[in-house]
Amino acid sequence: MSEVLREPAGSVGTTATPEPFEPRIVAFFCNWCTYTAADLAGISRMQYAPNVRVIRLMCSGRLDPQFVVAALREGADGVLIGGCHPGDCHYQEGNYNALRRFELLKLMLRDFGIEDERVRLEWISASEGDRVQKVCNEMTEQVRALGPLRLTTPQRVHAPRADIEAELVGQEAR
Amino acid sequence: MSTEILIDPITRLEGHGRIHIFVNDEGAVDHAYLQIPELRGFEKFAQGRRAEDMPQITSRICGVCPMAHHMAGTKTLDDLFHVDPPVAAKKIREMVYDAFMVEDHALHFFYLGGPDFVVGPTAPKAERNILGVIGKVGLEIGKEVIGVRKQLRDLISEAAGKVIHPVFGLPGGISQPISPELRDRFVAGAAHAVEFGKFALQVFRDVVLSNAEYVDLVTSEAYTHRTYYMGLVDQQNRTNFYDGRLRVVDPEGKEFLAFDAKEYLDHVVEHVEPWSYIKFSYLKDVGWNGFTDGPDSGVFAVAPLARLNASDGMSTPVAQEACEELFSTLGGRPVHHTLATHWARIVELVNAAERMGELAADPDIVSPEVRTIPTATPTEGIGVVEAPRGTLIHHYQTDERGLITQANLIVATQNNAARIALSVDKAAKALVHGPEVDEGLLNEVEMAFRAYDPCFGCATHSLPGQMPLIVEIRDLEGGLVREIRRD
Amino acid sequence: MTKPKVAFYWCASCGGCEEAVVDLGEVVLDVVEAVDIVFWPVALDFKTADVEALADGELAASFINGAIRTSEQREMAELLRRKSGAVVAFGACAWLGGIPGLANLSSRESILDFVYHGAPSVQDGDGAVPQEEVEVPEGRLRLPHFDETVRTLDQVIDVDYYLPGCPPPASLIAQAVMALVEGKLPEKGSVLAPDVALCAECPRAATKPEDLKVERFHRPYEIVADPETCLLAQGLVCLGPATRSGCGAVCVAANMPCTGCMGPTSRVIDHGAKALSAIASLMETREEDEIAVLAEQIVDPVGTFYRYSLPASLLHRRVEPAHAREEVPS
Ligand code: SF4
Ligand code: SF4
Ligand code: SF4
Ligand code: FES
Repeated sequence: MSEVLREPAGSVGTTATPEPFEPRIVAFFCNWCTYTAADLAGISRMQYAPNVRVIRLMCSGRLDPQFVVAALREGADGVLIGGCHPGDCHYQEGNYNALRRFELLKLMLRDFGIEDERVRLEWISASEGDRVQKVCNEMTEQVRALGPLRLTTPQRVHAPRADIEAELVGQEAR
Repeated sequence: MSTEILIDPITRLEGHGRIHIFVNDEGAVDHAYLQIPELRGFEKFAQGRRAEDMPQITSRICGVCPMAHHMAGTKTLDDLFHVDPPVAAKKIREMVYDAFMVEDHALHFFYLGGPDFVVGPTAPKAERNILGVIGKVGLEIGKEVIGVRKQLRDLISEAAGKVIHPVFGLPGGISQPISPELRDRFVAGAAHAVEFGKFALQVFRDVVLSNAEYVDLVTSEAYTHRTYYMGLVDQQNRTNFYDGRLRVVDPEGKEFLAFDAKEYLDHVVEHVEPWSYIKFSYLKDVGWNGFTDGPDSGVFAVAPLARLNASDGMSTPVAQEACEELFSTLGGRPVHHTLATHWARIVELVNAAERMGELAADPDIVSPEVRTIPTATPTEGIGVVEAPRGTLIHHYQTDERGLITQANLIVATQNNAARIALSVDKAAKALVHGPEVDEGLLNEVEMAFRAYDPCFGCATHSLPGQMPLIVEIRDLEGGLVREIRRD
Repeated sequence: MTKPKVAFYWCASCGGCEEAVVDLGEVVLDVVEAVDIVFWPVALDFKTADVEALADGELAASFINGAIRTSEQREMAELLRRKSGAVVAFGACAWLGGIPGLANLSSRESILDFVYHGAPSVQDGDGAVPQEEVEVPEGRLRLPHFDETVRTLDQVIDVDYYLPGCPPPASLIAQAVMALVEGKLPEKGSVLAPDVALCAECPRAATKPEDLKVERFHRPYEIVADPETCLLAQGLVCLGPATRSGCGAVCVAANMPCTGCMGPTSRVIDHGAKALSAIASLMETREEDEIAVLAEQIVDPVGTFYRYSLPASLLHRRVEPAHAREEVPS
């Protein structure tokens, strides 16, 4: 994930003539639905904002809230989560679990001063390429309007669990 | 040339308080400032937390007296949720609290402040500690102190979940009842504690009272301030640590105020100085007249001696006798000699032990009814206890979900802060003449505040106080003239 | 054999970790006697200069409790690092930031403002606020500066081991000291406690259903919890499933839910997010609006899930909303 975010999507630094803010959005998409829909959008030339970097999950139920906070810490200005419609999850309960975690996470991020609009959950089936386009574009504009998320997070001097962090942030990126 | 003397804790890395003394051209002390250099902001980050978490959150203000904050917080929740706990819950809380008072007072008397007296204020520093105490009065006492503290701390752990950072307090009661088996051990623990207390009183008589030099020191003017005194009292105006009304006596010892903790804001307010993070409590009814004593100054004191001064007596027989002995020896109520606080502390230790025994023997104590479920919407609550180091008030306001919107904490050392500042200034003025200070000065100035057992951690909700000292003497340009380290 | 030299030190600490060591000394004297304590400001009069005089690495280990908020604390931690073979972050504050780390939800200025202006007992009128440097009639007085946030020990120095708990349980402290004496220390970076969830050692685990589902979350004061049944099964937010074992489930034994002071197990890097995940997944319902209702029953998520670990969390502190935020150099 840190790889994904390291390629500049636009300048967020403060230079003499500040360039316009280009938000970075990390998207966690379920392999069986939203990820396929994003592919479909690509094939069908339904362009969506280049600000969105997609990470594939085998199911939205695989979404650990740690991924979301890790993305925000690594420089994402917003996080988008896409899963199968209720009842359609290949693993039965996955998308419901995603919803349960998302609802509570949203409340908690509020306490951190992170606006609701920065994190969004959508059900998008494999055939809804147009919805991927629409949601990605909306999300980009919404986060653009909020401005950059500037976290000042100290690094550990020695990260004893580097392997786990690698696992956590090393989700397959597109 | 004028000079500054800075007495800074060796551990200034964390800042437990430092004394800054200004010496003028004639070599006399202009002023000695006691500075408290840290603040943690518990009241601020309490905002947004669940009210019921406050007893556990605020106990982290101090790991030396976590039970005091836990209990003040729990009582505040009763008021906040408009709920009256069952009789058994109140008695268990008080019994556990008394056990805590005993072990904490024992820690102070034998490890921290007491060695000044037992071993002697002029003894080498290396002997003024628990080992010195053992050397003076025998190995048995060392084992006794350790034994009684361990016994009581184990009892507290069982009843309250943990001894360092208890968890049993809830609005309307406590989380678990006391089994008959645990009750029996509380009975035994209390009996042990009473015997221990009598023994401690005897140590004080043998070592301190029989030595005219010590008695002169206790009663010397350098350690005397004529201030107001505050403490919790029961309906017969006897000392109580867990509950009651706050009573204030004036410097003549006459009742000046008696009020419910809920009215604290009408009487206890805080003064801020730009040179310290601690706030100085004073009596609103009298007003702030600077760092001075007497009837026209709102400066007051809390903690053992103040509690004895503010009450008409003790609630239990052995303690009452010891209390009478204290006042008759030192010239009647009120006693203004700060160093008599050490004696008052063991009188209280006996009182807490006896009270613990009374409660342990009470049939209600094993009742399974220890909770009243609150039904009213929480609004605002105020709670008070007597911490070992003095009156402690918690005050919370919440929204209708019971999330804290405002928290205010008035802690013991802050109530004593102005008088401690006075003590330090007075001791410095009496003892320091020119920049030629020596190590003896250090201990004597330090004794002026060690008697209070001040906990600057509590006071600024920052760190507990520990007082190894360095003295730096600088000229006014900041150049180091001399440095003295106390070994 | 010469005894290994160890130091104890406290940074932004409540003193409870120090008391835990005092209690330990009263219980297991042989453990304390197995080492030579050369520096322990709370109990012994040793000085910073004594530490400076040691050769680099001369201390077998330093046990440091408390979080880091001032430059002086950081300097002392750095000094002990140089002098020590191993540094052990002792207690929840040193490892994760601890309860005082919740201060990272407030700015330094807002703390000063409330304490010296907003608090109801502060008298209006003089408007004084403590200053880092102030003129008094006799001269100049100084107060130290405090960092904007609370940091963990390993955000300041390299840490070898972690002793969890608030404060750490006596048995774990004793084991750690013995491991040190015997030279049987585990891999660097280890947390010196069992690496399984608290539920594994909880006496109520047998009453925790395999497929536990919660219909409603209760707050501890709302119900009288049955003293035998799993608290989570009774709807109380017990962090046992997301917290490391080793304390003996003492809070649960007192019929109160675990609040997570032992921190996470080794597969977790953000305790709060993981605990949130564990609790959220238990919600019974699949309906969006009902899920929202259950989520609202956790009225203070950050204070509940990050009670002891906010400074160590991936987000570290509260951010001001973008529109209110100043440009900060990164
Ligand atoms: S970990 Fe707990 S006991 Fe230790 S210093 Fe921090 S708050 Fe105190
Ligand atoms: S959830 Fe809590 S009460 Fe239940 S088994 Fe785990 S630790 Fe014990
Ligand atoms: S039960 Fe939980 S909160 Fe209590 S001591 Fe154990 S880990 Fe800490
Ligand atoms: S498989 Fe798509 S959400 Fe579970």
